[in-house]
Amino acid sequence: MSHLALMWSSLFRRKARTTLTLLSVVIAFLLFGLLRSVADAFTVGIDIAGVDRLIVQPKYSIIDPVPMAHINQIARVDGVAAVTHADWFGGIYQDRSNFFPKYPVDPRGYFALYPEYTIDAAQLDAFASTRTGAVAPAQMLEEFGWKIGDRIPIEADIWPKKDGSRLWEFELVGSYDAIGAEVPPSEFLFQYDYFDEARQFGNGGVGWFIVRVADPAKSAEIARAIDALFENSPNATRTATEAEFAMQFANQVGDIGLMMTGILGAVFFTILLLTANTMAQALRERIPELAVMKTLGFTDAQVAALVLGEAVLLCVLGGVIGLGIAAFLEGGIATAIKGILPTFALSTTTIATGTGLAVVLGIAVGLLPALRARRLSIVDALRGH
Amino acid sequence: MWHQVWEITLMNLRNVPSRLGASSVIVVGIAGVVGVLVALLSMAIGFRAALENTGAEDRAIVLRGGSGGELSSGVANEHIAIVASMEGVALSSAELYTIADIPKRSSGTPANLVIRGVEPSAFEIRPEVRIVAGRNFDTGKSELIAGVGAVAEFEGIDLGAQVAFRDSTWTIVGIFDADGGVNESELWTDLPTAQTAFRRTGAVSSMRVRLTSPDAATSLAQRIDADPRLDLELTAEPAYYSAQAAQLTALITGFGYVVATIMAIGAVFAALNTMYSAVSSRTVEIATLRAIGFSGAPVVVSVMFEALALALVGGLAGAALAYLAFNGNTISTLSGFTQVAFDFTVTPALVTTGVLWAVTLGVVGGLFPAVRAARLPITVALRGE
Repeated sequence: MSHLALMWSSLFRRKARTTLTLLSVVIAFLLFGLLRSVADAFTVGIDIAGVDRLIVQPKYSIIDPVPMAHINQIARVDGVAAVTHADWFGGIYQDRSNFFPKYPVDPRGYFALYPEYTIDAAQLDAFASTRTGAVAPAQMLEEFGWKIGDRIPIEADIWPKKDGSRLWEFELVGSYDAIGAEVPPSEFLFQYDYFDEARQFGNGGVGWFIVRVADPAKSAEIARAIDALFENSPNATRTATEAEFAMQFANQVGDIGLMMTGILGAVFFTILLLTANTMAQALRERIPELAVMKTLGFTDAQVAALVLGEAVLLCVLGGVIGLGIAAFLEGGIATAIKGILPTFALSTTTIATGTGLAVVLGIAVGLLPALRARRLSIVDALRGH
Repeated sequence: MWHQVWEITLMNLRNVPSRLGASSVIVVGIAGVVGVLVALLSMAIGFRAALENTGAEDRAIVLRGGSGGELSSGVANEHIAIVASMEGVALSSAELYTIADIPKRSSGTPANLVIRGVEPSAFEIRPEVRIVAGRNFDTGKSELIAGVGAVAEFEGIDLGAQVAFRDSTWTIVGIFDADGGVNESELWTDLPTAQTAFRRTGAVSSMRVRLTSPDAATSLAQRIDADPRLDLELTAEPAYYSAQAAQLTALITGFGYVVATIMAIGAVFAALNTMYSAVSSRTVEIATLRAIGFSGAPVVVSVMFEALALALVGGLAGAALAYLAFNGNTISTLSGFTQVAFDFTVTPALVTTGVLWAVTLGVVGGLFPAVRAARLPITVALRGE
């Protein structure tokens, strides 16, 4: 009998108890997978941020406009390879629950800054040459049943038009995608020139600039140089890497990661106690059996390894099943909560961490019984019963 | 019969200390479920309370149509007097609502702090706003008063501190509270000073009105709607704030119940495990009782009672832990685009919910083992192991 089969059969010596313990471990790792994914969803912007991109925003308040004219000065800063701009439009498509960001941008400039966004060249031409044109991520077309050529009505909440109307209509001229992105893009993009001309107030301002630096190692230096340009003007700026920018936003929501860690801490403390108790019980019942094994020639180390292996097997099995269920549910959950947490996804890091945690848990609960099994003296153990 | 139940139950409970490891699995498992449930729901309750405490039945807010919130809204100066003189308005305050980037104490990264410019009547409209330290701001000076929530959550927001905004430096001359409402998360100053400093002289963000009576809201809303000069909408404060609270409250509550339900499934497995092994360790004892004439019912009841007692201890411990660790803690999160500070609020109703969960889990975890105990064939059990 191979060692694995031996561990398996002694593990399921008491079917009900082992199954119940296993199910608890499964639940713990299911929760681990789901809660880590929730926490990741809040910080995903930090991980996918371009290392060579900086965000230039107004220093004192995100709702202050930055003058468009800044763009030329920023472009001249040493080390700046490219610069473009975007704005927060807000707005509602049909219903407030259909939330997605809508940015007025410079079509060619924006796609040049985000090379991971791929768009058909002819569609980009159409976007650049159609005044009321707009492009959206491919999956958004699918979600809302849009087709190229559709007119998309957006109701403004921040930006009424000059004539006081709140209805903006955009012509969908293309779609884009992000190759290999862990999180699909979500921005609905339209022409800044049209937006700026048609809006009632705020003309000539933009929300933020996006800068590409030639050498990411010099990001901090370049950020300082940009801010220095406007330091003493009424339109001072605050420049940060895209990752810092994303982190600041995530921090505004609160420390979601800490919250998830707290919950998982409670879960794993219980699981540790439960599994350790099961393993200790199992060991007590099997003392004569282990003594017999030693009599048959199993070494102390072998017996200890078998006991430890059982615990690890139980935890890893539970961990794999739990994470498997999390992976199975992931798609459905992501669809269900797309409006709230569009970036919910079970990452490979979470799966790897979870598996590692299962091994650690197994060792933690198996170590003490294994040591006890190792110390077991044959004579005492056999006499004991 | 009752005497039998009593005797056996007492015997079981006296036995619990000898099975401390296994019994603590139930207690800790259920304490975890209840603790997490109570902690998460207390956040939802605290957040909703902060928003709902802000609303009063005889108050209403006037925003630009379709804007959905004060930050995106605008009311032209010339429209203020029109609304202020309408029938049904007892008092009104035109208010500027803007945000500044101030670092949060918890993360050190900038977050959106609300600055509200108010007319003197604002204090009469909101009698709950009281200065608790320092003094009120003087009109025409760059002086601010800070809500206690803003002081708690933001770096450098302290009595006597200087705060830099675009173009100007301000002094915090007083601290106010507002019965736990969202105004406590804001900085207040004089309206004309704010309009000049933030370059918003042509318009305000919103108007706050005290109605002649709560019933006046509907007719006043209609009059505003019917006035061709105005593109504004009036919402009674309770409706406005409960709409603002709805999404996040539902989100936290839903999340709390989902997580607690998954944890509860795990805890039931753990409870079953413990109770099954409690029953099996007493097989001979139970069979002996049956053999000397005790009926099955007292055995069932006694096992159930033991499970319930352990569950109850766990439930109370979980609720107490959540209360001690979190009740009254202030945190803040992003609501819309602005930070709202609120307290974890563990209410008696919430503790009751937690204990009910614990009892339910205890019943489920005890039932099957209890039935098994009662069904043990006496002869087989006595021959036992």
